[in-house]
Amino acid sequence: MESANRETGNALAEQLPRLTPNAAAVEADRCLYCYDAPCTHACPTHIDIPRFIKKIASHNLRGSAETIFASNLLGATCARVCPVQELCEGACVLGADHKPIAIGRLQRFAMDYARDHKSYPVVNAAQTGRSIAVIGAGPAGLSCAGELAKLGHGVTIFEKRKLPGGLSTYGIIALREPAEVALEETRMIESLGVRIKTGIEFGKDVSLADLQKDFNAVVLSVGLGSTPALGIEGEKAIVDGLEFIEASKTTPASMSVGRNVLVIGAGNTAVDCATIAKRLGAERVTMVYRRTDREMSCYEHEYDFARQEGIEFRFLSQPSRVLLDDDVPVGLECLRVELGAPDASGRPSPQPVAGSEFVLPADQIVKAVGQNRPALATLLDLKTRKGFIAVDSGFQTSQSGVYAIGDCIRSSGAASTVMAVEDGKLAAAAIHQQLAQLLASVEVS
Amino acid sequence: MADLRINFAGIKSPNPFWLASAPPTNTGAQIHRAFEAGWGGAVWKTIGAPVLNVSNRYGAWHYGRQRMLAINNVELISDRPIEINLREIAEVKRAWPDRAVIVSAMVDSKPEAWREIVERIEDTGADGIELNYGCPHGMSERGMGSAVGQVPEYCERITRWVMEAATIPVIMKLTPNITNIVLPARAGVAAGANALSLINTINSIVGVDLETLELTPSIGGKGGHGGYAGPAVKPIALNMLAQLGTDEIVSKSGIPISGMGGIANWRDAAQFLLLGASSLQVCTAVMHYGFRIIEDLCDGLSNWMDEKGFKTIAEVSGRSLHRVSDFKNLDLSFRAVARIDAGKCIQCNLCYVACNDTAHQCIDLISPQGTLVEPLSYDVRSNGKLEATETRSQPRVREADCVGCRLCYNVCPVDDCIAMVEVPSGRDAVTWSELSEQQPQVTEDWEAMKAYREKVGIHIH
Repeated sequence: MESANRETGNALAEQLPRLTPNAAAVEADRCLYCYDAPCTHACPTHIDIPRFIKKIASHNLRGSAETIFASNLLGATCARVCPVQELCEGACVLGADHKPIAIGRLQRFAMDYARDHKSYPVVNAAQTGRSIAVIGAGPAGLSCAGELAKLGHGVTIFEKRKLPGGLSTYGIIALREPAEVALEETRMIESLGVRIKTGIEFGKDVSLADLQKDFNAVVLSVGLGSTPALGIEGEKAIVDGLEFIEASKTTPASMSVGRNVLVIGAGNTAVDCATIAKRLGAERVTMVYRRTDREMSCYEHEYDFARQEGIEFRFLSQPSRVLLDDDVPVGLECLRVELGAPDASGRPSPQPVAGSEFVLPADQIVKAVGQNRPALATLLDLKTRKGFIAVDSGFQTSQSGVYAIGDCIRSSGAASTVMAVEDGKLAAAAIHQQLAQLLASVEVS
Repeated sequence: MADLRINFAGIKSPNPFWLASAPPTNTGAQIHRAFEAGWGGAVWKTIGAPVLNVSNRYGAWHYGRQRMLAINNVELISDRPIEINLREIAEVKRAWPDRAVIVSAMVDSKPEAWREIVERIEDTGADGIELNYGCPHGMSERGMGSAVGQVPEYCERITRWVMEAATIPVIMKLTPNITNIVLPARAGVAAGANALSLINTINSIVGVDLETLELTPSIGGKGGHGGYAGPAVKPIALNMLAQLGTDEIVSKSGIPISGMGGIANWRDAAQFLLLGASSLQVCTAVMHYGFRIIEDLCDGLSNWMDEKGFKTIAEVSGRSLHRVSDFKNLDLSFRAVARIDAGKCIQCNLCYVACNDTAHQCIDLISPQGTLVEPLSYDVRSNGKLEATETRSQPRVREADCVGCRLCYNVCPVDDCIAMVEVPSGRDAVTWSELSEQQPQVTEDWEAMKAYREKVGIHIH
């Protein structure tokens, strides 16, 4: 295996350049300014997209950024990581005959302006004297904390990692979102008065009981667990996909990338892993998936992107064993798969064919096959739904005063940053309402 | 191929397109190149009184992505020595005998000054003279240009001086900066001018710089009104052209009119011809794109004429003038309603918001299930392209309530998606003029109007 220190800044630098002011103006002018626009409906946070675009056209960039922040405090991240083809741009009325408006790029243009000019939201509400603890500084937690702070509440976020931002900082390929964008976003949230305490692990350094003493509400935005085990021989030698991406963002110079890399899985994270390997010098990168391209869980545009990157695919292959030479992988043994009747996911179930073993040579194997359900639910004895934390319509868990948002409650639908941001926003409104009722009942008694 | 040749008040040119008197006709070298490109004629940039120019002389009105929807200028008449201009005019005319070379002139309002300039122009061999009574800036402060054009008596007096001296055709150019364009035109007719041309530029201030709070453009910190021209002024020019074509005195005189004001392509050109122009002048479009645009001006016009069966420009000229009418002669019983082609509609809802907020509230939003829906009524948890597009409502006109205002038709971004469809009103044709003659009380009294409406079945929402 090749292990070299290398300069990776350029290979994984943000892929899309910022629009030039002229390109942004041209694109903004092209927007029809639909009424009750479908792009706004399609956006999970319902940003008033025609409004922010027309403000770019009228050279009111401050107002444009304010329009985005009003619906989505993490507009800078969403502008970069949202699957816009499936959301706003996918719903653009110009999509049928022309090219849809480049909404994501325009949003980034406005968000970059906000960052460059520190044109950030401010707290206008009076302080309520109430305080909320948020567990996890990922997109859901940051969104919820920021919205609560805007409503005048005191908010503290507890984050176990060294840096805040969650997957935005650690888990999104730098091509799409450099870590600095996520970190600046967390600083913006802090500027609203939110305290972020990093390096504090919930359940270890601080308990729910402790927090319930000091805070009026607790919000769990803990995301998901580790990558599930494949349960195959030699699995120890497989690199975890999220850790692979993390290394590419935090310690790119010292990360190890093989010459012949296999990536097990076919989701968006798997594509990111394969892209990193390819960009950081692997000669051959192959994604190994037990179903076919029809069942892949990555977005279609991600699949297209992977093919453009020169990434290869090996479908209908189920890993069965890692071949090791002195603890170093030399290949992945797989079984040929036939597709059977649809399983619980609605996709045809993969049926490994006995005796069909074959070996894919490799000097590095990465797995990105989803994430485990949050372990916290059982730890805190919270009710669950399909293994995810169960919440009511106001994001309250089975325990009063304890709320949960983001990927850890996403028992149906695609887990995405923008959905997490919307959870945070809606939960903040629900918590605010509950606290107001609490306050009122205290005053009456 | 249609015959594009014209004979305009005795001035012949191979096509009806002349460069208007303006920066594109500043020098002989420019006009040589324009003629090489195919222009039928050129009106030389105005010569006459001595002047000096300033920098930042052109402003422009951009709208959206369209640059120079209009241009505004404070450039004066030619600042080149008059001898050089006259020598080059003679050279150009000698080199291009088949093209129209007309010289625009403007001098002090004295008979001897006009006599002298007419004689000097005639000595060049030019085909005609255009009297610049229109320049709205600078020259007007010195009693020339629009200071003349705005007073019909001055127009008549000066034109008479010119006609006494001139032996070649004289075109009197009108300023639009006047309440009634017909009056100076009649003055031209009375003075015996051979032709009229219109419109000159319109008084305008292009804008104010929001950084410096100075006018745009700023000429050393100051600015002022300049002459406005280009595509944005075309409707104003067409109206003034039609006013002349429908004025009894002007139209009966048979005086030919050279039309200009925002002609940017052959479609504009054809419209000027249809409303009575028999020669056409172009400036802003050339200043935007260069002399090369003459190719499609001729080609497009010729193809359209072929398609319509017009063989000569004369056949086109004035062809739509009989369609120009006053409101009082319009049929009050004519009824049209908007109809949206659901197959072409992209569901932008621009028609809906325009109608609902600013017109007659007769467009409904219909869900895919066929029910009436309110805008912005989707659930906050609904998202994604499929939910957004599959539940998207379709605008539909309630024809019974549609007054046929045509606003939706105008805002719709899709070609041929909204049609204005003529529908029977069930009422006999009647004009306001007829109504006020036959039933004067209806046109003077609201109660009588109410009774009339009820009788004939006019429902006002």
